[in-house]
Amino acid sequence: MIAAGAVLIDTREPHEWNAGHLTGATLIPPIDVMDKIGQAAPDRDKPVVVYCASGVRSMRAALQMAALGYRNVSSVAGGIVQWKAEGRAWQMPEETPAIARNPRYARHLVMPEVGPDGQQRLAQSRVLFIGAGGLGSPGLLYLAAAGVGTLGIVDFDVVDLSNLQRQVVHADNRVGMKKTASATQTINALNPDVEVVTYDEMLTEDNVDRLIAGYDVVIDGTDTFETRYTLNDAAVRAAIPVVHASVFRFEGQLSVFVPYEGPCYRCLYPTPPPPELAPGCSVAGVLGVVPGVMGLLQATEAIKVLLRIGDPLVGRLLIWDALDGQFSEVTLRRDPQCPACGQGAAVAPALVVAG
Amino acid sequence: MTSVRIPPVLRVHVDGQKEVDATGGTVGELLRDLVGRHPGLGEQLLTADGSLHRFVNIYLNGQDVRYLAGLDTSIGDRGSVIILPAMAGGSGRPTGV
Repeated sequence: MIAAGAVLIDTREPHEWNAGHLTGATLIPPIDVMDKIGQAAPDRDKPVVVYCASGVRSMRAALQMAALGYRNVSSVAGGIVQWKAEGRAWQMPEETPAIARNPRYARHLVMPEVGPDGQQRLAQSRVLFIGAGGLGSPGLLYLAAAGVGTLGIVDFDVVDLSNLQRQVVHADNRVGMKKTASATQTINALNPDVEVVTYDEMLTEDNVDRLIAGYDVVIDGTDTFETRYTLNDAAVRAAIPVVHASVFRFEGQLSVFVPYEGPCYRCLYPTPPPPELAPGCSVAGVLGVVPGVMGLLQATEAIKVLLRIGDPLVGRLLIWDALDGQFSEVTLRRDPQCPACGQGAAVAPALVVAG
Repeated sequence: MTSVRIPPVLRVHVDGQKEVDATGGTVGELLRDLVGRHPGLGEQLLTADGSLHRFVNIYLNGQDVRYLAGLDTSIGDRGSVIILPAMAGGSGRPTGV
């Protein structure tokens, strides 16, 4: 009956499935048949065999599939109950990883784009934050909450009272504490599953390769051109994606630099401006929520890259004007002449950064 | 007249405005007209020989003009121009915005 090549669908509830199912079947609960059959059986001309417990729900599902244009649908009369009674083969579900039963991630686990596999992938992922400041704060909090397994933090600074207007991973009673220690404390309190690795150092040409090695994604929360270019060149050498953001007063910019797949920061700006033309931001200020929003957009892009879902901002620069309440976007291109990732780029030696 | 979006870091040179008007059939003409109206933008945008600084990008309708015809790119009737210089972006401290 179950012909070779037929798609086998189990249309029962998950708790019934967990008590045993036919080998090779895909679970689609009755309520989801219309929405999910296309994913399980993309070819409507191929045979589909559907069963439930006794044959009633599967008959209804077969009618729904026929209405969707499936030409060859069979419902198993008597369902799995009769199947088992006749002594035919069935199996228990594959052992699910513990994470798939962790209520902490329930809202992720129900979404097919994440699900148990995606949650497991997040748990095995390593994300490095350059800076536990205004951009890093929300990103660290939400990636910890999301269950990213390892969060690295590079920051040599201590918490200052003037940081607390936007750096929400820190706290009033931790002024003077190292930012790495303060952030670790908050992350541990939020999600003890996450391993935090701290680097109390300034990112430089000498340590950058060691710092970023082994990470899946780097989140750029730096605010000097020197660190930004140093990070870019090292990330291109190591082929690690960088989620970039910068903020100024009421405006933020965001892009994802995936080496050799899209442009890098040097494709965009091969050289930094001379110091006299680069306005200092401490004087200009920033509305505290602006790095908050941009840091969360960075976290969002990092999750998309880690889970390989959606359309990450590769080759696109997103510009947010908080006062206008407007997002706009420009197209970024890989520069074939790029000194970091272009043809003939000197991959090994560090590029000189002016200023 | 073409409306040119001025980035926050350069608004100090245009009396704090977000958008200013300029005229020109090409991007180069437009920028020279813009600098004529707001001389403070001159050294921020253009080199001594009149070319565009490498740390400034100009986008016409969302496309980087370097990949069109550069300063010779002609601006249609409904062109929207955005100036985007490299932005360090933060509190001015060595790490952590």
